[in-house]
Amino acid sequence: MSPNKTKQKKPSIVKATALTKFYGDKKVVKSLDFCVKEGECFGFLGPNGAGKTTTLGMVYCFTPPTSGTIMVCGKEVGEDDREIKKLIGVAPQDDSLDPELSIIENLIAYARYFNIPKKTAALRAGELLDFMQLAERSTDRVMTLSGGMKRRLVIARALINRPELIILDEPTTGLDPQARHVIWDKLNKLKKEGATLLLTTHYMEEAYNLCDRLVIMDKGSFVAEGSPDGLIKKHLENEVVEIISRGGVNFDINKLLEGLEYRYETSGDREYLYADDGDPLVRKLLDLGAVEVLHRKATLEDLFLRLTGRELDE
Amino acid sequence: MNKMNMSVISNLKIVIGSLFSRGCLSVWQRNFDVWRKRYAASLTGNLGEPILFLIGMGFGLGKLVAPIEGLSYIEFIAPGLVCSATMYSASFECTFATYTKIAVQKTYDAIRVTPVSVEEITCGDILWGATKGMIAGGVFLFVMLCFGLVKSWFVLLLPFLMIILAITFASLAILFASKAPAYDFFSYYFTLVISPMFLFSGIFFPVEQFPAIVERLAWFTPLVHFIDISRGLVLGDVGMWMFADLAWIVVFALIILSMAISGVKQRVVT
Repeated sequence: MSPNKTKQKKPSIVKATALTKFYGDKKVVKSLDFCVKEGECFGFLGPNGAGKTTTLGMVYCFTPPTSGTIMVCGKEVGEDDREIKKLIGVAPQDDSLDPELSIIENLIAYARYFNIPKKTAALRAGELLDFMQLAERSTDRVMTLSGGMKRRLVIARALINRPELIILDEPTTGLDPQARHVIWDKLNKLKKEGATLLLTTHYMEEAYNLCDRLVIMDKGSFVAEGSPDGLIKKHLENEVVEIISRGGVNFDINKLLEGLEYRYETSGDREYLYADDGDPLVRKLLDLGAVEVLHRKATLEDLFLRLTGRELDE
Repeated sequence: MNKMNMSVISNLKIVIGSLFSRGCLSVWQRNFDVWRKRYAASLTGNLGEPILFLIGMGFGLGKLVAPIEGLSYIEFIAPGLVCSATMYSASFECTFATYTKIAVQKTYDAIRVTPVSVEEITCGDILWGATKGMIAGGVFLFVMLCFGLVKSWFVLLLPFLMIILAITFASLAILFASKAPAYDFFSYYFTLVISPMFLFSGIFFPVEQFPAIVERLAWFTPLVHFIDISRGLVLGDVGMWMFADLAWIVVFALIILSMAISGVKQRVVT
């Protein structure tokens, strides 16, 4: 473990320049630049409709960009698609498994698309099913699996060609907490083994747990970029005091907290006070008696909501 | 003009290249693996249909019909029915089943993230639809043999004709599937395209029955040519005229095949 290790320049596995996508007249991805380094987990975090899936689709040669360039594993998207696809593994958002085939048959059929010899395919499929805790179900039909198992199988399928880059589009959307934690656990194991991951999510917890670096995306643009902790530090105060209920007490917040340093936001019935030190604010509020407050550390979710807006945008 | 020739040639190269690629074969294999799970039901249908048709139309209706061109009615219709059995089986596979793979199960999307190209996926599906057509046609031919309806050794060439027939109709079906917004759309296809061909392409009565203008129009539909050749091969009435039909068929097949591929590409790559 040399201290320089993290300072060494790692090669880019993905490098996008001025990446843009139009659907008809609608510009859904607006001139994005980003790069993913070898061995890191890079995330696109954003609300539904932010353009995450479209951006990811352009990286794995699925959605042709309107303009801009992307290099993946040293090859250009649009020029060397077949070569790129040999080197990457993709777990799409849709459940696109073959429902009539068994679990093991799904993996073998998929391996055939990569020209992997049958024996090698069977061997790898066995290993991957062990890794994903699906080995006992290997001869069951896919239609009999739970949502979490299907998702694990989709990820196992993406690993069948031993990819240099693993791309996951919302890997845990729609799963229950147990199933979600199993998948995070597996992805963290892959990370420890040195895998490069590129994923999209709208779960803050997921981004926080998995990503070394992330971008927050909204309406086709990046609104922030950095490590999860770095982003919170840069854009937010340390703590949040939420006023859950005023408890019938009538007061003017500006007057009450005069002289203290804080930033005020409101959404629906809730009021949020952001401050580097929340203690004095809490004391003043609790002095009023019936007021209910929640005092906590600022999270990625606060940042996300701050940057992409608290209101639904549909 | 030269430019157009070039694009036609490069298009043909892609079509032929995709048809004989490993990617295409692996997609075919995937379809075969799925079919194997339920082959018994599928083969029962393939075997039952022709027997019912030959008995009902041939022996039943045939009793009331005077000989056509010196043939009993069942002898007359059998070489046409072997073509329509092939046509129907390929058409069903590449409309309903292909649509399911494109729009519902997202099979095309799943394969598209692997090194297999859209062209190869489409060709693999067309070859699979053609295989189903060949199975149906092959079973029908076997039943014809059992009924003593095959009169000539030239019938050995019939499977080659059936391959082209099956690929043609599988391609035409996929072209429609690539434009279909929902399953219901296929009623148009079967009612307006497939059924008229089945009824008016000379399977049940000679096309010459119609006024000259209708007969001319029939020449522009593909099934007529397949049935002409098929009847010639089954009955031993062969000649140079077959090559004119064959040329028509091959050109039509290649055009439809390349249209099907670009149709699917337009549909799935956005």
